[in-house]
Amino acid sequence: MPIAFTEIQETIRMVQMESLDIRTVTMGISLLDCADGDFEKVKENVYQKITTYAAKLKPVAEQVEKEYGIPIINKRISITPIAEILGNATVDQAVELAQVLDEAANTTGVDFIGGFSALVHKGITKGDQTLLNALPKALSITNRVCGSVSIGTTRTGINMDAVRQLGQIIKDTAELTKDNNSIGCAKFVAFCNPVEDNPFMAGAFHGAGEGEAVLSVGVSGPGVVLNALKRYPEADLGEVADVIKKTAFKITRAGELLGRVVAERLDVPFGIMDLSLAPTNAMNDSVAEILEEIGLESVGTHGTIAALALMNDAVKKGGAMASSYVGGLSGAFIPVSEDNGMIRGIEDGSLTLDKLEAMTCVCSVGLDMIALSGEASPETLAAIIADEAAIGMINKKTTAVRVIPVIGKEEGDIVEFGGLLGRAPIIGVKPFSSEKMIKRGGRIPAPLQALIN
Amino acid sequence: MQKRAVVTVVGKDQVGIIARVTNVLAKYQMNVQDISQTILQDFFTMIMLVDLAEQDKIDDLLHAFESVEKELGLTISIQLEDVFQAMHRV
Repeated sequence: MPIAFTEIQETIRMVQMESLDIRTVTMGISLLDCADGDFEKVKENVYQKITTYAAKLKPVAEQVEKEYGIPIINKRISITPIAEILGNATVDQAVELAQVLDEAANTTGVDFIGGFSALVHKGITKGDQTLLNALPKALSITNRVCGSVSIGTTRTGINMDAVRQLGQIIKDTAELTKDNNSIGCAKFVAFCNPVEDNPFMAGAFHGAGEGEAVLSVGVSGPGVVLNALKRYPEADLGEVADVIKKTAFKITRAGELLGRVVAERLDVPFGIMDLSLAPTNAMNDSVAEILEEIGLESVGTHGTIAALALMNDAVKKGGAMASSYVGGLSGAFIPVSEDNGMIRGIEDGSLTLDKLEAMTCVCSVGLDMIALSGEASPETLAAIIADEAAIGMINKKTTAVRVIPVIGKEEGDIVEFGGLLGRAPIIGVKPFSSEKMIKRGGRIPAPLQALIN
Repeated sequence: MQKRAVVTVVGKDQVGIIARVTNVLAKYQMNVQDISQTILQDFFTMIMLVDLAEQDKIDDLLHAFESVEKELGLTISIQLEDVFQAMHRV
């Protein structure tokens, strides 16, 4: 059946007026074969492998976006969690490796490289500990290297010793980058139930179950969904879900097509399509505004969780039919600093840290790009991570924490992170201590949900 | 493989739009298979389906359209047809 005039117009409207774009094409590269007894050799292997595999990533993606007329905003690389190839390396050597990754990202022209990571949800190996110790410096002296640490899963419980360390790591990273609004913390995520094929930053890494190289795609499109809903101001909630579903289907199909073309031209297998609505600071490209369009005066008020649950589910249903391989995080993102509606919600007092926490129960992924008062103690940061991890562990879903304790800033201040990372009002933390609980350490046992065999 | 692309032209209605646009297409040996146009509130909208004889010419074509865009105050875009098939057909 030929494509109708109105259908062509719809696609063009989505791209030109409603910010439809492919948020990221991310090439996953295994670095397992780069391990070596001689650390100089490791650095060389890593640099060579990344710059060889991803040499054409950026030009090919740019060519495809030109041919199809849909922008691909970010080109990124995810790699094997670095802790797995550190072996006997020292902390200083691990930091050097982070610099090598930064150089490789520069050479290939990608905006971020993710995978300065460790999986310590049950225990911490020697290499893991080296990576943890290297994190604050690595994040503060590199520009494009992102790190993540898995501290819990439904099957293993939560490693509270690691959680305690992360509180300190985040605080140290904030201190080291305090001249720049503690920006180092924006490149770090703590995960519960991380996924191995997430194309989005800062939490992307190339998991152990993945192949040599793979190409995954993350779509976006809050603006498209918002505009579609605006055309049905009187629809009931069942119809609202239907409108979101249909829109998500179209967005996803476009994303999968472009992803497959890029993968084919790079001669790597197509991995997964991540169905996530990811906001940007562009006008109307906001998840919060979708919730408000559904009928909330301001995001964060009563009814927010219900609206978010409806939206998140509808996006998945539409996307699941549109793509053959759905993976990654696949759910709505609610990064505060990257979403004008969320920022407004906090400034108006309708959206709070507690509400954001509750929202993470029904959507991916977690507390994301939230600027906290610089006064927050390492134990408080660790306790925030523990709370989020508990939500993920019990509900068998991914949860994450990417918070930025901005040194020298207090509740009510605004910080500018710049670029895609946006700006955020500082949120205060509770004045009461969680220190005793965090100091206990140990492991929170896996919940009953883990016993499914 | 034969590739087709959708060319869309949007801008203020005036004399010579179709002539200028198809002139460029002819120069690059691109056959127009289908064409439809409408005028909405003074705005000219034209959608053409063209045979993209050589896909690697798309860069040159975009470049050639730039001067037409500037001269007549139009927005011209060109997209491979597959993307519309993917989005609007199951």
